[in-house]
Amino acid sequence: MEKDPVITRRVDEFLEIFKKGEEFTKDLLRENEKLRFRVAQLEEATLSSAAEEKIRLYEERIKKLDEEINSVKERYLKVEEENKDFASKYVEVEEINNALANLYVASYQLHSTLDFDEVLRIIIEIVINLIGAEAFAILLIDEKTNDIVPVSADGIPLESVPKTRIGEGIIGSVAKEGESYFAADITSGGDVAQGLPIVCIALKIKEHVIGVIAIYSLLTQKEGFTNVDYELFNLLAGHAATAIFSAKLYTQSERKLTTIQSFLELLKEKPKR
Amino acid sequence: MPSILVVEDSPTMRQLITFAMKRIANAKVIEATDGVDALKKLSSEKIDLILADINMPVMDGLKLVSLVKNNQSYKDIPVIIITTEGAKEDKERALAIGANAYLAKPIQTQELIKLVNSFIGS
Repeated sequence: MEKDPVITRRVDEFLEIFKKGEEFTKDLLRENEKLRFRVAQLEEATLSSAAEEKIRLYEERIKKLDEEINSVKERYLKVEEENKDFASKYVEVEEINNALANLYVASYQLHSTLDFDEVLRIIIEIVINLIGAEAFAILLIDEKTNDIVPVSADGIPLESVPKTRIGEGIIGSVAKEGESYFAADITSGGDVAQGLPIVCIALKIKEHVIGVIAIYSLLTQKEGFTNVDYELFNLLAGHAATAIFSAKLYTQSERKLTTIQSFLELLKEKPKR
Repeated sequence: MPSILVVEDSPTMRQLITFAMKRIANAKVIEATDGVDALKKLSSEKIDLILADINMPVMDGLKLVSLVKNNQSYKDIPVIIITTEGAKEDKERALAIGANAYLAKPIQTQELIKLVNSFIGS
């Protein structure tokens, strides 16, 4: 059977078109493959760039947090420093407070009476209990004779304290100059008989010295003087002197009053006789 | 409110200790001038702590500690001795009798407050 040329041509044409179609399809598939590959590449690039961005952000955040931590640490250290400062200031204020309380009590007690013996007793209490003296004497200047006479003592017999004169020895010099004396070594103790105290406080009313407190030894547990002790010495120098002076004046005026009253009584009684 | 009995013959020291004790929150301070006076106060007041000197007239601090520690009603009251007697043997003697603590004069107020707080727990 002979092939129909028309059909043959059409078949050929069809086959040609089919082949072209096949090639086109293959091209499309290749292109598709390329595009898919490209899409994959782009997706990967996008992901990678997002991760990098995240990393960058995280890094920035970490940096900021580090800075914040450092700043907080700095503030913490500052606050800690301030706390230490406040704590030490608190201790200091407490010490001052206690010192002031001691001075207040001492001063209050000194001026609480006009009885001469009572004033001497209070001075003794202050010197023992607040300063920590073991052996000491209170000596007053006799203005008629210029002698410095012991009037009271504790830890040593009063009779063992020698009378001295203004300008003589440590006690006499303190009474003359009005400047308190502190021995370089206060722990070894002084000599009562030789008139060598370890501390000698001038009892002054303004610049007028009325007597001294001579300390010969301190309590065993007292190893040295603190700032409060020196404040107490200053307080004693002024307030004890005033208290002694006032008490003496009061005692004298009381004595005079009694004498005058007795005299008046006598005068009243006379007409009866 | 803790009650503190201050037994001291020296008015200056008594006032000083009372002053310090008043700085302890809510503490009530009762004063006695010697051991006998302290025993009277103990029988009439509820006392949480005793601060006593040793050298006192009528009855000294050591006799007071001994009586307090041998009395069923008072034996649990802590006693702090405050004295000029700073020798080691004096301290040992006081502690042996029953004193709970021993403080040598001149007293450091902060030390005293700290010690008192350790007994009354404020």
